[in-house]
Amino acid sequence: MPATYEPIATTTLTSSQSTVDFTGISQSYTDLFLICSMLADNTTGRYAQIRVGNGSIDTGSNYSRTEMNGDGTGAGSSRDPNMSFIYTNPQISDWVSTTNPFILTANFQNYSNTTTFKTVLGRYNNSGTRLGAYVGLWRSTSAINQIRVFTSAQSFASGSTFTLYGIKAA
Amino acid sequence: MTLQTFTLGTFAQQGVAAVSYESIATVSVGAGGTSTVTFSSIPATYAHLQLRVIARSNNAGNIIYGAASKANNDSGSNYTYHFLYGNGSSAQAIAATSQTSLNIVTQVGNGFTSNVFAANVIDILDYANTNKYKTFRILSGADGNGSGQIQFNSALWMSTSAINSISFTGGDTFLQYSHFALYGIKVA
Repeated sequence: MPATYEPIATTTLTSSQSTVDFTGISQSYTDLFLICSMLADNTTGRYAQIRVGNGSIDTGSNYSRTEMNGDGTGAGSSRDPNMSFIYTNPQISDWVSTTNPFILTANFQNYSNTTTFKTVLGRYNNSGTRLGAYVGLWRSTSAINQIRVFTSAQSFASGSTFTLYGIKAA
Repeated sequence: MTLQTFTLGTFAQQGVAAVSYESIATVSVGAGGTSTVTFSSIPATYAHLQLRVIARSNNAGNIIYGAASKANNDSGSNYTYHFLYGNGSSAQAIAATSQTSLNIVTQVGNGFTSNVFAANVIDILDYANTNKYKTFRILSGADGNGSGQIQFNSALWMSTSAINSISFTGGDTFLQYSHFALYGIKVA
């Protein structure tokens, strides 16, 4: 039987860098699933952020997101419209550990549809600070063939892993 | 930065236990829409199921709401659910018991931001086990650039019967480009 859920690409960093790009993404799948296990290169706070694009990464103010979270003492929710990226953790201090991985997942459902805007649905957590879920929007009907994961400041440390899977419906 | 590209089958070649994630059936809503989506004759040969859905309805409201769902066409008061959701301002929780339908698929009305479809990832664990009630675990939501909601749902069908069908009827019409994909997860 043809593979339905298959790895497209993966990388494990061997040095610090602030951006990881997946390019030339095949349009033959139904959905994409991204999973990242990221370490900070120092204890300065940062956000984990996502951009997408078709042919090139869209850096315009075409993104937004709604999220909810819990930090062990309470639960909350926030929203950010008209952004130039989808950012996940709501507080920059959520990710300051060089040892505890910041886990980020993202579902890009019907990413190749050229009629709908693109919804990104995922979760994030960093033990010791916060966990949460988010839904983001890229206001474009273009198919996604590029995905960027990047930090607001500082870098991903060596050992951080990023894997993209394709899911194909019958 | 160089991306490592997997060759198909690499995981199996490395001796990783075969975990099969297979497409069972798909419904892509066409022009004209549809009021009901049903997956029937679901084989009992998998360990778990996953549904991946995007949905928008013809309801004129600027709303995010659930489509009524049933397992095995059971219309009895045999369903419960819990929601934890964030609306951009605060996190809220709701629950309901003795319901006559599940609330596992979230959709947006046609008054919501144009071209936006709600997204859902629904896990149905041990769906064929005849010793357990059936639990549904859902991550879903929609963002409309200044509106929207993200939610965790947990739902229960209080039956030990194996699930062989799942139906979705919003009361409204699912619009074109709504998409329902059912997958089976089998562990060797």
